[in-house]
Amino acid sequence: MSAVSTARPAHPAYDQQGEQSDETRVDAAMRSFVREFGVTAALHMESCVRCGMCAEACHFYVATGEAKHTPIHKLEPFRRAYLREAGPFAPLVRGLGIVKKLRIDELQKWQELIYDSCTMCGRCTMVCPMGIDIAELVKEARHGMFKAGLVPDRLALMDRAAQKWGSPATPGEDLPDILAEAAKQYGVDIPCDLPQADILVTAAPAELGEHTKALASAAKILKRLGVKWTMHQGGFDASNIGFNNGDLALQERLTRAIIDTALKIGAKTVLLPECGHAYGAARWEAAKWYGKALPVRIVHMTEFLAELIESKRIQVKNVGETVTFHDPCQIVRRGGLQAAPRTVLAALGMDLIEMKDHGVTGYCCGGGGGVVSNVRASPLRHKVFEIKRQQIEATAAKHFVTSCGQCQITFEQGAKFAHWERKTESLLELVADNLVD
Amino acid sequence: MELLDFARGTALAIAFAVFVAGTLWRLAGVLLLPRIRDFSPAREGAPPAMLGAVRAVLRRMWPRKEFVQATMFATINSYVFHIGLALVVFGLAPHILFIRNLTGLAWPALPSNLVFGIGVITLAALVGALARRLVHPVLRLLSHTGDYLSWLMTVLPVITGLLATSHLGARYETLLAVHILSVAALLVWFPFGKLMHAVLFAFSRGATGMRFSHRGVNV
Repeated sequence: MSAVSTARPAHPAYDQQGEQSDETRVDAAMRSFVREFGVTAALHMESCVRCGMCAEACHFYVATGEAKHTPIHKLEPFRRAYLREAGPFAPLVRGLGIVKKLRIDELQKWQELIYDSCTMCGRCTMVCPMGIDIAELVKEARHGMFKAGLVPDRLALMDRAAQKWGSPATPGEDLPDILAEAAKQYGVDIPCDLPQADILVTAAPAELGEHTKALASAAKILKRLGVKWTMHQGGFDASNIGFNNGDLALQERLTRAIIDTALKIGAKTVLLPECGHAYGAARWEAAKWYGKALPVRIVHMTEFLAELIESKRIQVKNVGETVTFHDPCQIVRRGGLQAAPRTVLAALGMDLIEMKDHGVTGYCCGGGGGVVSNVRASPLRHKVFEIKRQQIEATAAKHFVTSCGQCQITFEQGAKFAHWERKTESLLELVADNLVD
Repeated sequence: MELLDFARGTALAIAFAVFVAGTLWRLAGVLLLPRIRDFSPAREGAPPAMLGAVRAVLRRMWPRKEFVQATMFATINSYVFHIGLALVVFGLAPHILFIRNLTGLAWPALPSNLVFGIGVITLAALVGALARRLVHPVLRLLSHTGDYLSWLMTVLPVITGLLATSHLGARYETLLAVHILSVAALLVWFPFGKLMHAVLFAFSRGATGMRFSHRGVNV
């Protein structure tokens, strides 16, 4: 009798949606994978020298030391699809059987690597000597996994809610009540569904539930500007779960809901919430659904605040205490907004003590790319969180600030698990709380 | 003499043909794929796309300071064998003679003893790279047959070249023939494996440079 157990674990590390056959799933994944290979993706699949440096940049590898968390390894099914079906030598590779066809059990096994242990933070992109944008490739690989019905159930659940409601948090029809309640609680007017406005203000899911203070803070600041703005049932949640899950159809729908609503009400600006993936989806990807430059400006809350401060349209009090800042990956490393939060903190007279790794090489919070919502990944996420916790502690700064709601929730959950007495503050709320009257 | 004639003649001719055709095929196969245009407005002050590409190509010559320590061995060892290979290929008098016969171009050679020493160091670095690949769990996981084949195709010309230079193991003509055949094998393999990074690195880094300089990120 073999000493190796062949019994399956009681809880397989993958979930499946739908009733399609294994063969159909593999075919769907392969078809989607192959469609992704434009010039850049193909160049990046071709150029890897298998040096393994990307492991050293990945918080999942650094925290666990497990080779399977090497970023480029997470793309192995994608690589095989490329070599067999899309690469310049594909007929040769297939004909000689050099690379084997993907099997369903391999895709199932890789689900954990593609969804649980990758936040698409792109730190690996910064170390790769070939400049391979691994994070983007993982996002593209997720498109195939979604088509195959092979995403974590928690993310699939949120996906279904967003398909129905336009947000994983709440149906659009509840928005007026949520805003009215927040307005009452914080004593500030939050316009909803105005037929015409200059700025369409959007939210992140948590701001429609526990964190409505963010909405009130935005309202407080916008009131100072004397501009006409509104939130709108037609497009209100900018977090774009489709972007994270690999559900391209949903990503397009959610994007169009916001842009089309902005156009409908004549808004020139869409103001994004403190949310990283919202920035990735709207600022850099929205235009692709329209095939041309958008007629509205997409602006993240963080750069909006920096602009208001620099143009002296708002003034803030001197807080004058030490602070450290967590750079949300999607707005800094992958979004280019490294200077904006620092401008705001300087205006608040705060003494910024940078973490050992910050800016474009800062460590991810560990919850991006849907990982914070994917409950089964929590044990791994808590391990990763420790890297960040130590770097924050090392600064000994009084305040810990970030500008992404998703990061904030990840930090709050991580702190709770680690019994760590540390509050994560929102840059937006810090500004709103310290406006000069 | 027959083996040497074959190596110098037919073998090298075929190898060059495969090298050139294969490289062009692979490059064209990738570069002719559809381009996904980015319609998002560039960050204010973003450099022109080509400048962003060139910057990324240059910046990735050395790791960012945050990653220097963790990637130290691979970075330095890789530089040793890349520079070593270049010095040996382009610095040894017989190589320059070979290139002159082929292209008419020539330049002063390095002292042959020095090139021999560089060859030995290069070989040591390549052995180091293989040892690490066989021992390090990450590299073991990532390595496919093609990666080991690429290593073998690179190291064989170095070993056979050193043997030929030191007249060790067989007649000089035989050693030279084997050396040339190993180079032919390298050329034949080049378009199919990861050795293509010698060409692709600039495109790959450049594409990322374009994507992120557009967003105002210095990658």
